[in-house]
Amino acid sequence: MRELTYLQALDEAVAEEMRRDERVITLATDFTGNPVKEFGPKRVRFSPISESALTGMGLGAATSGYRPIVNWRMVTFCFVAMDQIVNQASKIRYMFGGQADFPVTYRCSTGGGMGLAAQHSQSPYSMWMHLAGLKIILPATPADAKGLLKSAIRDNNPVVSFECSRLNGVSGPVPEGDHLVPLGVAEVKRSGSDVTVVALAFYVQESLAVAEALAGEGVSVEVVDPRTLVPLDVETLRASVRKTGRLVIVDEAPATCSAAAEIAAVVVEDAATFRALRAPVQRVCAAPVPVPYSPTLEQAALPDRERIAGAIRRTLS
Amino acid sequence: MQSETPDFVAMLEQMILIREFDERALELRKAGKIYGTVHPYVGQEAVAVGVCANLTPDDRVTSTHRGHGHCIAKGADVKRMMAELFGRVDGYCKGKGGSMHIADFSIGMLGANGIVGGGLPIATGAALAAQLDGKGRVAVCFFGDGAVSEGEFHEALNISGVWKLPIVFVCENNQYAANNAVAVQHPHVDLATHAAPYGMPGITVDGNDVLAVHEATRSAVGRARAGEGPTLMECKTYRWYFHAMRHAPPPETRPAAEIAQWKARDPIARFKTDLETRGLIDNATLAAIERRVATRLQEAVAFAEASPFPDPKDLLVDMYAG
Repeated sequence: MRELTYLQALDEAVAEEMRRDERVITLATDFTGNPVKEFGPKRVRFSPISESALTGMGLGAATSGYRPIVNWRMVTFCFVAMDQIVNQASKIRYMFGGQADFPVTYRCSTGGGMGLAAQHSQSPYSMWMHLAGLKIILPATPADAKGLLKSAIRDNNPVVSFECSRLNGVSGPVPEGDHLVPLGVAEVKRSGSDVTVVALAFYVQESLAVAEALAGEGVSVEVVDPRTLVPLDVETLRASVRKTGRLVIVDEAPATCSAAAEIAAVVVEDAATFRALRAPVQRVCAAPVPVPYSPTLEQAALPDRERIAGAIRRTLS
Repeated sequence: MQSETPDFVAMLEQMILIREFDERALELRKAGKIYGTVHPYVGQEAVAVGVCANLTPDDRVTSTHRGHGHCIAKGADVKRMMAELFGRVDGYCKGKGGSMHIADFSIGMLGANGIVGGGLPIATGAALAAQLDGKGRVAVCFFGDGAVSEGEFHEALNISGVWKLPIVFVCENNQYAANNAVAVQHPHVDLATHAAPYGMPGITVDGNDVLAVHEATRSAVGRARAGEGPTLMECKTYRWYFHAMRHAPPPETRPAAEIAQWKARDPIARFKTDLETRGLIDNATLAAIERRVATRLQEAVAFAEASPFPDPKDLLVDMYAG
């Protein structure tokens, strides 16, 4: 199978969906992949730096017969649009009693680890999980990036695609053609029997590397990638923990009210899964600081393979 | 309505219906029969009616927390509006929205919005859709003088101007944003001055003269339909009552003389006089209008009271589309 980078896979997803359905349009201050060349300036709109306007325009255009993709670019840029995200996008279908659908896709890049410092480094998807009303995808591989983004664009609800920037250059096999990954389905990326590691975004590949290393020590690690945060595939997570009895969650965000916190809660509040636990749940998360600039500090602030391995060993001791 | 000469008598009836609907909503709220807040539109009827008389169901509007008038003027069913205020299943939003989320998407009324400025980006998106459709449709955005202070106003006007979107921005300057007078909120109280920097004409209109509103809107909508881009219309008007009430009406803080001055320019009284002068109505017509409006409201309340409350088992319904 041919290999694409994560970013190429995302661009391919958008291009395929725009070819398939002329109602798909995209708005952003700038674009990767040069879609305006194929689709023209009516459907590919270079916009002023107006995230609030763009976010709401996505809703207005979506209810008026189009399927907009609004790209906030860096996730930190969309915070100025919190009214349109929280008070409008996440509530709009319900508060109007289901009168209309809003098939809009919001895209953004997340994560740190590249020296971009506090206001250009963040993994805030748990804030969106909390809202209800928004679906959320968090692809960790190029194939999942293509498949999930295509599904998101076809979903008739507002979906937010959090695209990990540290994965942009990572290559992987990507099926050609209409490759769709359904929302709400987690994937066991590596099968194992001693401990479940639920990993998010960049840390899926990091956890797989740790699993490979620990196999040499006789520890069998199962790595599960939720892929979609809302709706969360709770059953797959619980089934894995019932099998292994141990859970480590790796999330680039700080631990408080993180996706890791939510995953821990939904796993242990199930009676059968709780009874299967042989050790307390471990979370490997970022430090509770804005992501710092200097490499020594940034590395200290974010999860790494050593800490993932350490957490796994703690569940086994 | 698309005809060159609008149906003046129908417009008058619609203005009266809007006023009586909100007067009734205030009574119902005081009696505890409806919940939450009521933001009365009384006094501003000429704006909603004058603007919407230029629109078809294919044109889309967004509204504000003070949205009952826009909803009625756009053609909504007052029975379903009333049922929504009563929180019943036959309300437009199945009881899930209430007064501030009154909407009828089937006729292009994309909702009252509880956030000041919240509707501007949404209307701008509807305008983008209209531009892409290429069928001459327009979007209209209602907002108040308060929203002109919000970032969303500036973002929406800027992008509409640069993309020449088919949208009419209707600023209902009722002289107050909640309890703050327009002069303490803005360096220039003539808000139409915001238009030029955003690449569109700015018109100031007597918002209490329904025919002036109608005429100004006709030309703005005409520009938009012809692909000439957006317009900012500032309609100077006044709300007779307070910003909002919950259990009880709050004390009036505005000067009595100011209120009296604006009431003397009652848009409904002025229009009645105008139509009488033109020989289009007489006492009999007026009496018939008032009877019809009273009957419609009576039926609306009866419809609402007969509709059941939503079942809590339906709490999670309508979160997501299939």
